[in-house]
Amino acid sequence: MTTYKTKQALPAEGHLASTNAAGETRARHTPLVPSVGARRVWLTLLGWGIALIIFFPILWMVLTGFKSEAEAIADPSLIFTPTLESYVAVQARADYFKFALNSVVVAFGSTLLALAIAIPSAYAMAFLPTKRTKGTLLWMLSTKMLPPVGVLVPIYLLFRDFGLLDTRTGLIIVYTLMNLPIVVWMLYTFFKDLPRDILEAGRMDGASTFQEVIYLLLPLTLPGIASTGLLSVILSWNEAFWSLNLTSSSAAPLTAYIASFSSPEGLFWAKLSAASTMAIAPILVFGWLTQKQMVRGLTFGAVK
Amino acid sequence: MATLQLHNIVKRFEGTEVIKGVDLEVNDREFVVFVGPSGCGKSTLLRMIAGLESATSGDIMIDGKRINEVGPAERGLAMVFQSYALYPHMTVEDNMGFSLKLAGVPKEERRRKVREAAAILQLEPLLERKPKALSGGQRQRVAIGRAIVRNPSIFLFDEPLSNLDAALRVQMRIELARLHEELDATMIYVTHDQIEAMTMADKIVVLQGGVVEQVGSPMELYHHPRNRFVAGFIGSPKMNFLMVERVDAGPDGVEVRLPDGATCTVPVDGSALTDDSLTLGIRPEHLQLEPEGPLSGRIEVIERLGGVTSLYVRMQDTLVTVSADGGVESRVGDTLRFGFDRACAHLFDAEDLALPSLSRHPLAGLNRQDHRAPSVAGGQ
Repeated sequence: MTTYKTKQALPAEGHLASTNAAGETRARHTPLVPSVGARRVWLTLLGWGIALIIFFPILWMVLTGFKSEAEAIADPSLIFTPTLESYVAVQARADYFKFALNSVVVAFGSTLLALAIAIPSAYAMAFLPTKRTKGTLLWMLSTKMLPPVGVLVPIYLLFRDFGLLDTRTGLIIVYTLMNLPIVVWMLYTFFKDLPRDILEAGRMDGASTFQEVIYLLLPLTLPGIASTGLLSVILSWNEAFWSLNLTSSSAAPLTAYIASFSSPEGLFWAKLSAASTMAIAPILVFGWLTQKQMVRGLTFGAVK
Repeated sequence: MATLQLHNIVKRFEGTEVIKGVDLEVNDREFVVFVGPSGCGKSTLLRMIAGLESATSGDIMIDGKRINEVGPAERGLAMVFQSYALYPHMTVEDNMGFSLKLAGVPKEERRRKVREAAAILQLEPLLERKPKALSGGQRQRVAIGRAIVRNPSIFLFDEPLSNLDAALRVQMRIELARLHEELDATMIYVTHDQIEAMTMADKIVVLQGGVVEQVGSPMELYHHPRNRFVAGFIGSPKMNFLMVERVDAGPDGVEVRLPDGATCTVPVDGSALTDDSLTLGIRPEHLQLEPEGPLSGRIEVIERLGGVTSLYVRMQDTLVTVSADGGVESRVGDTLRFGFDRACAHLFDAEDLALPSLSRHPLAGLNRQDHRAPSVAGGQ
C-alpha cells in the first residue's frame, strides 16, 4: 500500500512542478494526494508573505504621505485621518510637473536613442558574428562594473566644456551610454533566438538589410524589444547619481526632486513621503500596466 | 531558360576546406539532386549557388555569366528551406507575396500572382491563415508557393521533405515531380535520402567530403557506379561487398575466387589490373537462392515485409543482405547456397574504384523524360 502511494505521489509532484502557472489544471489532476494540497497552501502563504515584505516600505511611504507631520513621527499606526496637506505643501515648494516632465523626456528619450543604436549593433553581433563578438559583448558588460564616480570628474568637465550641464540632452546622452551595454546584451539574446533561415529567406526574397530589420527582425522580436525598452525606461527613471551631479534646476528629473526634499526637510517625514510617492507613482503605474509584456519578454525563448 | 555552371568551386571555413574544387554543369530544365551523407558539403554548395554563402574561389555561372559577386535576390533564384522559414507574423498570402512587395509590384498584380501560385498548389483556402495554423505539409507547400511566385530561373531545395512524416514525404515527392513538369524550370535539390534522389532526379550528383564522387542519371549510378562509395550509397538495401581474389583476367572479364573457394568470371575490363585482392559488389536484389550456387552462408536474421523478404546471411566474416521472394520458406539458422547474376556484379580494385563493365546496361542511359515518352505516345 505504501509503495502504491509513493508511486502515485511522484508523478503528481512532477506534474505540479511542470504546470506551476496553471493552478486549475494542477488542482484537477491531484485531488488524491492531500499533502500536495497542503503544500500548495503553504507555498501560497509564503509567496504572499514575501511579496508583502517587499511591498511594505512602499505601502508605508504612501500611507505616511497622507498623514499629518505629527502622526507621521508618532508611534506607527494604521489608523489616522487622511489629509492632503503634505501634498499641498510639497507642491507649493517645488513644481512637481516640471520635474516629472524632465523624467519622462529623459527616460523615454534615452531609451529610444539606446534602442536606435543597439538594434543595429545586436543585429550585427547576432547574425554576422566574428571571433571577437563574444569578447566585445563581455567588454561592454564589464563597463557596468566600474563605479560611476570613477568617471564623474572627466564627464563633468566634458559636460561643462560642451555646455551640457543641466540640460536634458546631456542626461539623455549619459543615460543612453549607461544602459547601452544591457540593452545590446538583451537584444542580442533575443535576436539570437530567431532562426537564421527566416532572415535568409527574406534575403532570397530580395530584402535589403534595412528591410530585413524592418519587415522581419523587428516584428518577430517585438516582445523582446519591448521588454528591453521597458527595462531601460525604468533604469533611467530610477537613476540618481548622474542626475544629481549633472543637473541643478532646469533639467532636473524626479530623483533630484526627492533629493531636494531629503536634506532641508529630512525630518518632515510626511512631506518627504508625499514627494517620494509622487516621484515613483508614474513609473509604478507604468510598470503595472506593462507587467505582462515585461514577463513575456523576459521569458521569451525560454517557453518556445 | 537557365543553365548553371560551377567551375572549380572551393569553400574554406576558418582554414578547413569543406568544398574541394567542384565542377558541375546543370542544363536548362534539368532536375539535379545533390546527395550525400551529412557533412558532405551538399548544403554548403547549394547555399553558395543561392548567394547566402560566398565561394572562396572558383566561378559560379548562370547562363554563362559569372555571378559570384551578385546578391542573392538579383540572381533570380528561389530557395525552399528545410525548416520552411515562413515568416510567422504574416499570412500565407503575405508570405507568398513578400518578394513582390519588396520589388514594388502593385497590390492588385501581387494578389493575382499569389493566387495563381496558390492555385497550382491548392493553397487558396489557406491564404488568410498564419503559418502556425498550418500542418507541416501545408507549410511546405506555402514555402514552395513563395518560391513559385518569384518566377525564378532556378529553384533551389534544401532538404525540403526531411521534416515531414513518411507518407507525406512520398506525396510531396510526387507533387514536386509534377511541379517540375508543370513549371518547366531548372531545379536543384539537396537531400541525404537516396530514394528521393533516385525517384526525382534527371541527374544525381553524389558528394562525399566536399568532393563530387560521380554525376549521372539514376540508372547510370545504379548500374555503373564509379567507385565503392557510390555503389554503397545508391540502392536500397545497400550493396554487399565480399573480399575476393583475382585468378585471371581475360577478354570475357576477370575471374575471381569467392570466399567459399568457387571461381566465377565477372564481365569487367581487368586489363589494367595489378592488384590481386579485389572487392566484389553484389546488390541484394541480384542474389538468389540457388541449390548449386557458388556462395553459401547461414541465415542470422529474417525480415519479412510481405512482398519481399530480407535475409541477413553470414558468409565467412561478412553479413550479406539478400532480397528474396516474399514467400521464401527459409528459417533463421538454415545454411543455404546462393547464386548471382554475373552481369550485375561489380568489381572494385584496392583503391575502391570500379572496374569498367565490358557492356553497358541497357537502362543506364534512361532518364526521367524517357519514362514519360510511352504515356505521351499512348495518348496520341
